[in-house]
Amino acid sequence: MATATLTAPATRDEGLIQELGYDDHFHEHHHGDKYQSNFISHYIFSMDHKMIAKQFLITGMIWAIIGGLMSLVFRMQLGFPEESIAWLKPVLGKWIAVSSDGVGSLTQDFYYALVTMHGTILVFFVLTAGLSGTFSNLLIPLMIGARDMASPLLNMLSYWFFFISGMIMFSSLFLSTGPFAGGWVAYPPLSALPQAMDGSGAGMTLWTISLVMFVVSVLLGGINYITTVLNLRTKGMSMWRLPLPIWAFFVTAILGLLSFPVLVSAFFLMMLDRGIGTSFYLSEIFIGGQALDHVGGSPILYQHLFWFLGHPEVYIIILPAMGIVSEVLSVHARKPIFGYKAMVFSILAIGFLSFIVWAHHMFMSGVNPFISNFFVVFTLIIAVPSAVKVFNWIATLYGGNIRFNPASLFGIGFVSMFISGGLTGIWLGNSTLDIQLHDTYFVVAHFHIVMGVAAFFGMYAGVYHWFPKMYGRFMNETLGKFHFWGTLIGAYCVFWPMHYIGMAGVPRRYYSFDAFDAFSHFAELNKFITIAAIITFGFQLLFVLNFFYSIWKGRKLTTPNPYNANTLEWTTPIETGHGNWPGKLPTVQRWAYDYGKDGREFISQVEPVSEDESPAH
Amino acid sequence: METTIKTEMEVATRRNKVHPKKMALWVALVSLAMMFTALTSAYIVRRSAGNWLEFSIPTIFYWNTLVIVASSLTLHAALGAFKREAEGAYKTLISASFGLGIAFVVMQYAGWQQLAAEGVPLTINPSGDFVYAISGLHALHVIGGIAALAVALVMAFIRKLRRTPARQLRLELTVTYWHFIGALWIYLILFLSLQR
Repeated sequence: MATATLTAPATRDEGLIQELGYDDHFHEHHHGDKYQSNFISHYIFSMDHKMIAKQFLITGMIWAIIGGLMSLVFRMQLGFPEESIAWLKPVLGKWIAVSSDGVGSLTQDFYYALVTMHGTILVFFVLTAGLSGTFSNLLIPLMIGARDMASPLLNMLSYWFFFISGMIMFSSLFLSTGPFAGGWVAYPPLSALPQAMDGSGAGMTLWTISLVMFVVSVLLGGINYITTVLNLRTKGMSMWRLPLPIWAFFVTAILGLLSFPVLVSAFFLMMLDRGIGTSFYLSEIFIGGQALDHVGGSPILYQHLFWFLGHPEVYIIILPAMGIVSEVLSVHARKPIFGYKAMVFSILAIGFLSFIVWAHHMFMSGVNPFISNFFVVFTLIIAVPSAVKVFNWIATLYGGNIRFNPASLFGIGFVSMFISGGLTGIWLGNSTLDIQLHDTYFVVAHFHIVMGVAAFFGMYAGVYHWFPKMYGRFMNETLGKFHFWGTLIGAYCVFWPMHYIGMAGVPRRYYSFDAFDAFSHFAELNKFITIAAIITFGFQLLFVLNFFYSIWKGRKLTTPNPYNANTLEWTTPIETGHGNWPGKLPTVQRWAYDYGKDGREFISQVEPVSEDESPAH
Repeated sequence: METTIKTEMEVATRRNKVHPKKMALWVALVSLAMMFTALTSAYIVRRSAGNWLEFSIPTIFYWNTLVIVASSLTLHAALGAFKREAEGAYKTLISASFGLGIAFVVMQYAGWQQLAAEGVPLTINPSGDFVYAISGLHALHVIGGIAALAVALVMAFIRKLRRTPARQLRLELTVTYWHFIGALWIYLILFLSLQR
């Protein structure tokens, strides 16, 4: 690689980096090879941020399939309670109860276990690790012009803690008493009393250990992301020149760092309640007619601690998606992002507000209604920065020369989902309306659209967009478009009807509605939702197929910058080795969004501002 | 591998005042602080709910505050000795810090026993349980710091003292962490004695 400076630059960007780049004498050391010398250090215990990103992504995909399949199983039970699912017995074994007339149905205990696991897996393993783990790792060093993360070792550990966490959670599925079944929020007393239900024993213990490992992973990752963004930006890359995804990942990491330790504290007290008989969360309780020793604890205390993490957590999920979409929309609309600084300030505002709204999850938990007012006000204020972002995305698209490829379509789909789900958030944020709507399918519809589907759309936009950077090949565009339309229509078919069911007061988490006359006429709608869910899941398999096919057989990338984008990751060679840039580090001359300036379609961040150029944005 | 990372670090440091590893430690300390903020907030919330046993903090805890402050001072002096390459002083001071660290944990244990003897054993009332939980979690972090000190101690006796940037960085990171858990204890003891 030392010869790289002697050969003629293959691209204009490469020439600019050779001429103006920052020489950190990287090529004088024996690098690269040691990182990628053998199979184990290259693919498994890799310290290269790009490989770690792929590890996060593929692990996240596996978890998404597991978590998605779980939802299909309990959706089948909800949609078709009379149909026999005895054919699932080879997989689920004793969790399928076969009645005397041969009809197999899901046992009630396992229904709750599946709902719990679906929530835990999707929120933490897929949409936290799979989304921010993947793209923070891939993009932070590439977009800020760094060789790697501040600490590649901690970065590797971050992935392996996530892996161990996943393995522990996975093993809990095979316990004879089943995995934890008290809901992904793990409220006491179900979580704090080992004898409360089957899953509360060993299942809950493994669940807690798994999540503590997960928190370690998030913190190691987050410490790295923050340090890297603050310390390792290349010359000229001021904070105000950072591409928006980096701002989003940076704020996400800060949110994680401030909120996840609180979850650990909550778990710590819970462990003491479970293990040595303290009463932080447990008040006077009878189980099976037997009075327990616990006196004077408060389950609400756990809810406060949990949601102090739990609410920032939903922004930990959605902010990276917002950042990714901002970049993807700008690149494919061939226009500068509208209101760059407003975008940054709204990310910061959302991050700040996310810490003072947690009790809106607890309006009906017996929280003082006057305190609720405070939380209502701040919750509704979050609509302001969110609306600023939505307005800016639409303004970015307006009048753009949009390329409709899977990445930009998913970006646009994200905006649609975020609007649909965000509007219902304004309803739910009112404590009075919440009296009717809390714990109904309305809530299920709201959060699935706004942070589940929307975050998935952001993730898909990112995967389609940066797949060439990851694997040097493109994903199949036609399949991608099928995937998009199937997912968009499918997701609305699944979650839109839930609003109506929810407004009618149908409670979430119930195993069956047969016993309630008021809800029985929703049976057909429930069937529709289940069928839509199965079809939508099928479209996701199309994506998985496309992903793995394209890794080996996709159309090859022929130029380093296929989208004519401005950001630094496209100035690296197609086969990006360890250290990212073979010679000098690029220096940054301008912000990331000079599209369509002075009649030029795009101007890379490494290109100096010329004298006759019109003033900066 | 090690050399590559270090080179990148040093390159980065030339342009930035704070070393990335120090920055990473500071960020991590913020997150640790959040953990204890959560516990003390939970304490306030739970206390206001009533059914709260009133008792006074064991006196050993106050004396122990002096121990951890003393250990911070000796460790800081050890860093000074390291920078002057005063090997004898360095060995003495690092041993003293290590000894004081161990003494702190032992005395915390004695403090718990005193608390139990005064009629507030575990699981009697959340007010006592909070004291055990908060000081226990803090003690775990002190033990983590002692592990780092143990490495410094062993290195002090098996390697000749030379002031290299890598070794100085390692010592500075240890010192920062140790000061942090000392300051954390001062916050906790003030909190526990004022929130009665």
